[in-house]
Amino acid sequence: MKVLQRLAVLVMLCLPSLAQALPDDLGQQLLKGSWTEREQLASTLASSPDALSLKAAQLWLDGELFVLKSSKQLVLSVKEDKRYRVTDLVSGADLGLHKKRAIKKVPLNNKLRGLLRTTLSLQNLQSPNKDLRREAIENLLGDTSAESLALLNQVQQQEQNTDLQALIATGLAVDALESGTPQEQIKAAQQLGDSNHPVAAQALLAQQANTDDQALLAAINKSLADIEQRRRFYGAIENTFFGLSLGSVLLLSAIGLAITFGVMGVINMAHGEMIMLGAYTTFVVQSLLPDHIGASLFISLPLAFLVAGATGVLIERTVIRHLYGRPLETLLATFGVSLILQQAVRSIFSPLNQSVITPEWMSGSIVINEMLSLTVNRVVVIGFSLAVFLGLLFVLKYTRAGLSMRAVTQNRAMASSMGIRTGQVDALTFGLGSGIAGIAGVALSQLTNVGPNLGQNYIIDSFMVVVFGGVGNLWGTFVAAMGLGIVNKFIEPWAGAVIAKILVLVFIILFIQKRPRGLFALKGRAIES
Amino acid sequence: MKTIKATLTGLSLAVSLAATANIAQAAEDTIKVGVLHSLSGTMAISETTLKDTVLMMIEKQNKEGGLLGKKLEPVVVDPASNWPLFAEKARELLVKEEVDVIFGSWTSVSRKSVLPVLEELNGLMFYPVQYEGEESSKNVFYTGAAPNQQAIPAVDYLMSEAGGSVERFVLAGTDYVYPRTTNKILESYLQSKGVAEKDIMINYTPFGHSDWQTIVADIKKFGNAGKKTAVISTVNGDANVPFYKELGNQGISAEDIPVIAFSVGEEELSGIDTAPLVGHLAAWNYFMSAESEVNDEFIDTWQTFIKDEERVTNDPMEATYIGFNMWAKAVEKAGSTEVDAVRDAIYGVTVPNLTGGTAVMNTNHHLTKPVLIGEIQDDGQFEIVWETSGGVIGDAWTDFLPESAKIIADWTSPVKCGNYSLETGVCSGQKYE
Repeated sequence: MKVLQRLAVLVMLCLPSLAQALPDDLGQQLLKGSWTEREQLASTLASSPDALSLKAAQLWLDGELFVLKSSKQLVLSVKEDKRYRVTDLVSGADLGLHKKRAIKKVPLNNKLRGLLRTTLSLQNLQSPNKDLRREAIENLLGDTSAESLALLNQVQQQEQNTDLQALIATGLAVDALESGTPQEQIKAAQQLGDSNHPVAAQALLAQQANTDDQALLAAINKSLADIEQRRRFYGAIENTFFGLSLGSVLLLSAIGLAITFGVMGVINMAHGEMIMLGAYTTFVVQSLLPDHIGASLFISLPLAFLVAGATGVLIERTVIRHLYGRPLETLLATFGVSLILQQAVRSIFSPLNQSVITPEWMSGSIVINEMLSLTVNRVVVIGFSLAVFLGLLFVLKYTRAGLSMRAVTQNRAMASSMGIRTGQVDALTFGLGSGIAGIAGVALSQLTNVGPNLGQNYIIDSFMVVVFGGVGNLWGTFVAAMGLGIVNKFIEPWAGAVIAKILVLVFIILFIQKRPRGLFALKGRAIES
Repeated sequence: MKTIKATLTGLSLAVSLAATANIAQAAEDTIKVGVLHSLSGTMAISETTLKDTVLMMIEKQNKEGGLLGKKLEPVVVDPASNWPLFAEKARELLVKEEVDVIFGSWTSVSRKSVLPVLEELNGLMFYPVQYEGEESSKNVFYTGAAPNQQAIPAVDYLMSEAGGSVERFVLAGTDYVYPRTTNKILESYLQSKGVAEKDIMINYTPFGHSDWQTIVADIKKFGNAGKKTAVISTVNGDANVPFYKELGNQGISAEDIPVIAFSVGEEELSGIDTAPLVGHLAAWNYFMSAESEVNDEFIDTWQTFIKDEERVTNDPMEATYIGFNMWAKAVEKAGSTEVDAVRDAIYGVTVPNLTGGTAVMNTNHHLTKPVLIGEIQDDGQFEIVWETSGGVIGDAWTDFLPESAKIIADWTSPVKCGNYSLETGVCSGQKYE
């Protein structure tokens, strides 16, 4: 089968396309046939030179090809207000609105998906788009049949891009290592040692087990050692990145608390729920603007700040204001508030998780090389958390509002006698902390579930970071978050996620025994009172 | 402070009013059905649906004339995802409300907490969720899947040609009893199939784990060794979304490394952006996409009942449906709702399951039903890609762990035991007369 496909592509590359219609009963065959029959149909369609067949194969792969059950026609469908607008694939004729059950998606499983994708991508060997060509070449790499080799040799002469040339060279080297002359094999083994592609290591390992040739074995072992060394190096970079990314999540979730707890001294158990409110704001914005998912996050940011901030001010004015200086009561009251908020969200939005969509520009990864790629959403979150941190630092240090906040929290009586309305400043500070938590919620909605329990998952970690960093010090929170993130990620590979978490907690407990005020303790008289 | 107090009093008033409203309706001649599912707390996300399913079944049964000429009356309590509270609420249902049957529980720990109460008071409970097995109580009927009705067929599928002839396995789970037991069973099953130890990677994560970067990177490395690799996931609940998102972001598609999950169903998918999940698998006894007339009817009834045309159905709902119908059938057969009579009547009772066949209740208190493998589609539904040729008999004690292979459960004479050792002939553990 594979040979046939490759032959077809080879022929196609030379011949102009031939017109050929789809068989009439294709819909019926696709719907009722067995998976094996569908595989045959898939490879015929996807390697056919006819444009309509290719379109059908592509639609099938994308899960957009349907069969109208009544007439067994192949159709396309678009959702229109709970019904589906159905159009004929071949003629494009409008077949009216149908219920969902009247149409059936052409069945697709992983094997078919792989088959369709591989076969279709072979059409792209000549594509002007570099990424499409890369995908096509990737598909030829592990395959050492004569036809793939012929295709690889053919594209090698045409390919201008150096990256892709290297990829093709790897493919040819894999082949040479398996079936070349002894000299070619040794050369190929040496060449593969420079490749980061997983195929290279696989081919070397396979040949290592197969050969008795000492010279070849030495070359293979040397290459494998090189690859392993590079893998370790990139693994360390990757781990650091993972750590920074975990740290940035910790920073985001803790930074609001660093203000309400750290600066104001309120043990705010409802902090997690402020994050949750921010995440739900994102959900509401996305459901109101379903056509602007890409922009939804930017619209959500200020809204989440306002929603969570306003809730924070409300909580401060109605509950916390009466409890300053009574930490135990504050803890219980805010815990109650957190339960009320959770149940409110459950009643309004249902207890189910809500689906927040990741915009296109935050999906996928930045490929540095075959051994190292950084996921885009994490990079964005790292950048975002830094921006929030610096922004907050700026507000506290260089604005009048920030000045009043620091004044009130450091010495309430003095600030009051200087004409600052301490009550108002308290409410504003709490609102700011809550609003920041709301913003964090927007970012976290991209990484985790948006549900009523979202906040609970972050509250412990947040307190951990603030206490470890030193209460009342934003820089402490920053260093603690990043430090804990990196430590956690370096323990995790050898201890597992569960143990890593426990070890980090144990470490913090021991650390707090030694330095009860955390990493960066505030000094001076203010702290004693 | 006053304001809080006022709100709190208001809230508690409202709650108690709602609770008494149910009781007030109670007429003399009704059959009381207890519903023991969490309506608040972490498990509310899954269990609320099952509460609604039972209510729907009761409403339907009442429209058809009730049972034994009496109306059914639901008694709903909220154990609030709090395990000890499950036992208390079960006691309340049995002693105070005097219900004839209970439908309830989701997590294994909540079931284990209810067990002693049921056994002490001789209650009757139908448990509708897939679980790790290794249990058979006289007072519980397990209508969800035992490991051999979900995990083992899933592995068979992956190792088959259609499933991609997988040779390397990652067993990823949340760190608690169900994944640990299931993975122990799977590991010994895989080894019996000739999979080498170095081709199995086992990984546990805490509840609600959200940072999957390292683990997914490890899976990627494990899968790059050249052999076809798959992940068998017993990751529970909320941790799934970030897991699949991370897989998608690190560029692992279902074609490279498929993930087969035992806890991800239609309901879980309805809260997820499904784009990164397409092609990943799940093993269940029911999928909403199953084509049968009973299923179409069930979906219509459900969506009308819940007043939401987009609402999905899932496997534990089917298990609840089967359990309820079996109980109703057994009550009619016994002519009484008395627990012992119903128990004796229910063995061998068959009811249609929603995928087209029939389910049978066995004397080990587990069902015979088919196993299906589905692939996640971008609309949050499953494409059924494989199913067992007939029903699979639920096995209370797995055959793939040496210590439980020799134990059977059979609640009819002469064994009359849920934990009977074929080797020594002794009935141990849960001892009954």
